[in-house]
Amino acid sequence: MSIRLMQGNEAVSMGAIAGGCRFYAGYPITPSTEIAEVLARDLPRIGGKFIQMEDEIASMAAIIGASIGGLKSMTATSGPGFSLMQENLGYAAMTEVPCVVVDVQRLGPSTGQPTAASQGDVMQARWGTHGDHPIIALSPTSVKQAFDLTVTAFNFSEKYRTPVILLLDEIIGHMREPVELPDFETVTRAERTITNLSPEEYRPYGDTINDVPPMANFGEGYRYHITGLFHDPMGFPTQRLDEIDHWIERVHRKIERASHDIILTESDGVERAETVVVAYGASARSARHAVKMARQHRQKVGMVTLYTIWPFAEEEIDRVARTARRIIVPEMNLGQLALEVERIAGRGKVKRVTRANGEMVTPQMILEAIEAG
Amino acid sequence: MMNNVYLHDPEMTELEQDLLKKIEQNEAWLSSSETLQKLRKSKRFPSIWCAGCGIGIVMGALIRAIDRVGLKNDQVALVSGIGCTARMPVYMDFNTLHTTHGRALAFATGLKIARPDMEVIAIMGDGDALAIGGNHFIHAARRNIGITTIVVNNSIYGMTGGQYSPTTPIDGKATTAPYGNIEPPFPICDLAKAAGATYVARSTVYHALELDKYIEQAIRKTGFSLVEAVSYCHTTYGRLNKLGRPVDMMRNLKEQSITQTAAKDIPEDELEGKIVRGIFCNIERPEYTAEYEKVIARAQQSDESSEARRAGGI
Repeated sequence: MSIRLMQGNEAVSMGAIAGGCRFYAGYPITPSTEIAEVLARDLPRIGGKFIQMEDEIASMAAIIGASIGGLKSMTATSGPGFSLMQENLGYAAMTEVPCVVVDVQRLGPSTGQPTAASQGDVMQARWGTHGDHPIIALSPTSVKQAFDLTVTAFNFSEKYRTPVILLLDEIIGHMREPVELPDFETVTRAERTITNLSPEEYRPYGDTINDVPPMANFGEGYRYHITGLFHDPMGFPTQRLDEIDHWIERVHRKIERASHDIILTESDGVERAETVVVAYGASARSARHAVKMARQHRQKVGMVTLYTIWPFAEEEIDRVARTARRIIVPEMNLGQLALEVERIAGRGKVKRVTRANGEMVTPQMILEAIEAG
Repeated sequence: MMNNVYLHDPEMTELEQDLLKKIEQNEAWLSSSETLQKLRKSKRFPSIWCAGCGIGIVMGALIRAIDRVGLKNDQVALVSGIGCTARMPVYMDFNTLHTTHGRALAFATGLKIARPDMEVIAIMGDGDALAIGGNHFIHAARRNIGITTIVVNNSIYGMTGGQYSPTTPIDGKATTAPYGNIEPPFPICDLAKAAGATYVARSTVYHALELDKYIEQAIRKTGFSLVEAVSYCHTTYGRLNKLGRPVDMMRNLKEQSITQTAAKDIPEDELEGKIVRGIFCNIERPEYTAEYEKVIARAQQSDESSEARRAGGI
């Protein structure tokens, strides 16, 4: 396999194809547009389908519609478009339709700075749509990982019947790195569980051992109802409190019980560390550099890289918080994931290193925080 | 939240119970009725709609049209947004998708592209289709994607209790237009035609047989088709504007409507307030999903090598 110089956004497109994506709907927006451009070119080559919709609301709706029709589906956007997608993202969570939403984060709020990097959508990814719902969000730190985590995003969405958000930032999206992509045929792909029951026996939202009800794609003989209203096991609207409670509990439980599969982190030298840096996305690259420098200065520093942002890696952070004296959280925002780290580790232990002007948190900023003691 | 005053009584009457028992017990009777084959046996009637509402007539017309085209239930996907009309799919034994407000056509677009073999029908109210969903409406028409669209136009937001919609007549009263509406209504058929729909027709819930015919033709049309079914809302608009009972409003549809042929001889200013019924557009234009198949063929002919091409075996 040859090594190619490739952009993060391009790697996402390749990861989508390798992961089985066969439908893309999107709307142009900086800094995510390259994903659409590559897929407009490459999806039809393999019999997949691409459409440029009239806005991001429609894009999100279209990928849900296509997924219900049986195609693995994706859209990509950035902050303003991600805001527009929120209502239908909630619909996907409510109806448990697998789909992948890529958000290449740019500086906000509002139009902000389209070509500047940010990690300002971390909380929007978690709570952007209204109501309690589970969500999975992944965040790569390199171009190669943009490929890998896109495949993972599809696998999680199909396995757990849930929308999955891939949170890139403008740096990872536009950065070029030499990458060696695997042969797509060797990539592990998860497929949605299709019901093996007869149409008469099928319960689209019935209980199962893993709390993930098997799907039936539209047009394959299983006629049922899908609604954004709270629904009973047959998919019909319900106002019964016991059925509403049951739904809320089940969809949260299905993600929670799979958390060991879903939560992807990497720890480096945290066992004997006095200071641990917890980072994700492009900030993790600065953090790695800072940790290396600090170790050269004989500081006892460890690092946790979070590849899964949501659900939050509570166990890992809790473990680190028991031994480390301080936790440093560098972010290209004013401290969003730091709130979660503080929730687990306690506010006294956590030091935020923030920057929300479109520039990267530098290794120097993190090093200073480590050495400030 | 529904502020609907005519919500059905959760307790069924004896007659209804009796009927239900009959339906459950008499499979032979059930299978002899084509209409009942299009309804969900598991859904209990009466429906969510107020007694006297016109939406049920549109549902009947849709069933008869699907029946005449000869579509199997499995082939049909019925997609809706939010509102009174958008509750229709739940009663019908198709692949049914009740989506978010205004977005039925966007969901339907994704579904149609994924399953071009299916007959995808979008059913919407006037607020759903033309206010919050106006953008999707014109773009679905522009693409000429093969979706059959039915807009039940009752000139008001019924489910939320009678706010003015993009089709409320000038001077009409609504809870959010207590002094009369000052916004001119959208001519739905003109809009669809101008945006690129290949079949556009209008009738009313009084003219049920005509609706059957138009919906049937709309389904048979390969490209984007639109049927505007003019209805009424006696519960909100009728009450606020003192238009009487359902029967009065139904009579009004009969008296105020005029065929397209008859309308030709009448000066435009005299047509003010009239409902012109007829087929306003029936043309041929390349349909989107068929065109996209050509895109796929073109892309696959291209020599340019790519990462994706290497993955073609997947």
